[in-house]
Amino acid sequence: MTIRLGGIIAGLAITAVLVLWSLVPGFMNFAFGPAPEQQPSYAFYEHGGGPEGGFSFDGPLGTWDVAQLQRGYQVYKEVCSACHSLKFVAFRNLRQLSYTEAEVDAEAKSWTVPGIDPNTGENTTRPGNPTDHFPMPYPNAIAAAAANNNAIPPDLSLITKARHDGSNYVYDLLTGYGEPDAAKAAKVGFETPAGLHFNKHFPNVNIAMAPPLAIDGQVTYADGTEATIPQMATDVAAFLTWTAEPSLVERKQTGWFVLGFLLFATALAFLSYKQIWAGMKPKKK
Amino acid sequence: MSFAWAKQYEPQSAFTKWLDEKLPLPRLVYNAVGAGYPVPRNLNYMWNFGVLAGFFLMVQIVTGVVLAMHYAANSEVAFGTVEHIMRNVNYGWMLRYAHANGASFFFIVIYLHIFRGFFYSSYKAPREMIWLLGVVIFLLMMATAFMGYVLPWGQMSFWGAQVITGLFSAIPMVGEPLQVWLLGGFAPDNAALNRFFSLHFLLPFVIAGVVILHIWALHIPGSSNPTGVEVKQESDTVPFHPYYTAKDGFGLGVVLILFTALVFFLPNALGHPDNYIEANPLSTPAHIVPEWYFWPFYAILRAFTGDLAIPFTSIVLIPAKLLGVIAMFGSILMWFFLPWLDKSPVRSGHYRPLFRKFFWFGLIPTMAVLFYCGGAPAEEPFVILSQIATAYYFLHFLVILPIVSQIEVPKPLPFSITEAVTGKDKPAE
Repeated sequence: MTIRLGGIIAGLAITAVLVLWSLVPGFMNFAFGPAPEQQPSYAFYEHGGGPEGGFSFDGPLGTWDVAQLQRGYQVYKEVCSACHSLKFVAFRNLRQLSYTEAEVDAEAKSWTVPGIDPNTGENTTRPGNPTDHFPMPYPNAIAAAAANNNAIPPDLSLITKARHDGSNYVYDLLTGYGEPDAAKAAKVGFETPAGLHFNKHFPNVNIAMAPPLAIDGQVTYADGTEATIPQMATDVAAFLTWTAEPSLVERKQTGWFVLGFLLFATALAFLSYKQIWAGMKPKKK
Repeated sequence: MSFAWAKQYEPQSAFTKWLDEKLPLPRLVYNAVGAGYPVPRNLNYMWNFGVLAGFFLMVQIVTGVVLAMHYAANSEVAFGTVEHIMRNVNYGWMLRYAHANGASFFFIVIYLHIFRGFFYSSYKAPREMIWLLGVVIFLLMMATAFMGYVLPWGQMSFWGAQVITGLFSAIPMVGEPLQVWLLGGFAPDNAALNRFFSLHFLLPFVIAGVVILHIWALHIPGSSNPTGVEVKQESDTVPFHPYYTAKDGFGLGVVLILFTALVFFLPNALGHPDNYIEANPLSTPAHIVPEWYFWPFYAILRAFTGDLAIPFTSIVLIPAKLLGVIAMFGSILMWFFLPWLDKSPVRSGHYRPLFRKFFWFGLIPTMAVLFYCGGAPAEEPFVILSQIATAYYFLHFLVILPIVSQIEVPKPLPFSITEAVTGKDKPAE
C-alpha cells in the first residue's frame, strides 16, 4: 500500500512539474511566440535523386561495373586527388578493379608518396609501392585549410557512407552547381557569400568547393566513353562507393547464401516443431 | 526446485554416470533447459524472446571478442583500426556488421521480452525477483551498448559520449568533478576511450552472470503463461525439451532471417552516417542523436525544458537538465517497483479489460511517440509531443496501474491451463 501511495504521489509530482514548468510555457511559446526564423538559403535547396537509371550496385542483386570503377578512379586521380585524400585505400586494393599485378605496380609508381632518404634519413619523396596508401595532397590540416579558403577538403575514403544516401549524394553534389533562381534570390535577398559557390544539392547551398567537374570532356576516358559531366559524376560516385566499402558486392552475394541456408533450416525447424507438437493442441469446442 | 512430475536425469553410459557423480553438469542442463524442466503447454510466440535474448548475448560476445583482437582503443588510431577490420581482416566486415546490428537485435528482442512482461504481468509474485534481475540486465545492456558505440571513435561516438557523460554534470555540487573523473579529462579523449573499451569488454560477462541468476530465479516458480493461471497438474505442462527447444529453434530461424537481411543487405540502415566521420572535437554535428534503442529515453530527457523555479521569482529549485536526468533514470528505475504498484491478483492482460485498454491505447502509442520524438531534432512539435508522452508514461506506471488494479473487475479465469487449451478439465481432487 505504501509503495502504491508513494508511486501515485511521485507520478503526480513528476507530471505536475513537467506540465507546469515545461509543457505549458513551451506551448505558450509554440502557439503564440514568433515563428522560428528560416535561413533564406534553405529555400534554394533541392533534393537530388542520383543519376538516371541508378547505380549498378543498387539493390540486393547489385554488382560492380568494373569499367565504370576504372573510369571513376581516373576522375579521382585527375580531378579530386588534387585536394582530397583517400587515406584508407591502398594501391594494392586496385587489384579488385581488375587491374593486373603489373598494372597496379605501374599505377602505384605513377604516384609520389612521402619517403625517407636511405642515406641521410631526411624526409623526401619516392614513387609509390602497391602496399602504400594513396598520398595526402597536403602535409597537414592547416596547410589544407590555408589552401582552400579555410575549408578542409574531407578525406573521400568513406564519403559515401558518411552521408545519407551517399552514392547519390556525391553525384547530386557534383552536378548541383549553377546559379540560384535570380527572381527568387532578389525577393528574399539571397546572395552566395564571397568565396563560396552556389550548389542546390548541398544542404546549405553555399559550398566552399569550386565546381570540380566544370566542362564536358574534362578527362579523356581510356575506354572511349564520352566524358559528360553527369557521366564523370556517376563514375566517380561509383568509385567512391567502392572505396567506402570494397566488400559491398561480396557482402550481398554472401547474404544470399546465408539467407538460402537459413530459409531451408528454418523450414526444417518449422516442420519438426509441427511434428513434435502434433496432437498437443486439440481444437477448442 | 521442480514440479513433482518432472523427469529425472538418468545417465546411460559409464562415462555420463561417472561425470554425474563428479560434476553433474549434464544434470544441470537437463533440469534447466532439457526434458527435466516442465513448462506450461500454452506458451505463445511472445515466450520465445528470452531464449533469443540469450542467443544475441552470445552473438555479441563471440563477435566482440574477435573484433577486440583487431581493434586498438587509442584515440589516434581507433577509427583507423575499425576501417582495418572492414578492409583487411578476413570477413572483418561481416563480424563488425553482425556486432553492430546484433546490438540492435539484442534490444529488439529485449524490448519484446519486456513488453511481454508488461502485458502478462510477468513481474507479479512469485516472479518479482526474475523481474528485478531483468531490469538490472537491461540497465547493464544500456551501459554496455553506450560504451560500445563510443569505440569506433566517429563523430556520433565522440559527441554521444560528451552528451551522456554530461548528464552527470547536472548533479548539484559534485556533478562537474564527477564528469571529469568519469572521462579522465575535460572532454572525451584517449583516457575515456580506453576505460570505455575495458568496461565494454567486461560488462557482457557481468550480464551473462546476471542472466544465470535470472534463469535460476525463473526455475523456482517456473515459467509464467498467457492465462496467468499457475501450473496445477502434470497435464498443464510439457517438458522443455523437445517441445520448447523445437519451438525456440523455429523462432530463432525466423529472427536470424531478419537479422541476416539487415547484416548483409542494409548493414548501415540503423546507424548514423556521421559515425563514418572521424571524431572531431572542433566540429559539432547538426543533430546529436543516440542509437535508436535509446530514443524513448532520450525523448524523456529532453522533455524537461523549463527549470523548476518558484513562480514570480528567479529562484531555481531544480534546473531543467537535472529534472530531465532524474526523469530519464527514473523512467527505468521505477520498473523496480512495478510488482508492488500493480496489485491486481489477475496476471494476464487477456482477463483484464481496463488494464488492456490502457496498455494498447495508452502505453504502446506513448512509447511509439517517445521513440519517434527521441530520434527527431529538438524542435516543435516534437518537444510538446514528447512532453505529453512523458507525462503519460509516468502516469501510466505510477498512477493508472495502481488505480486500475484497485477498481477493475477482471474476466473469469479458466480453472487450469489444460482447460484453457482443451476447453475442458476436471477440477483436481
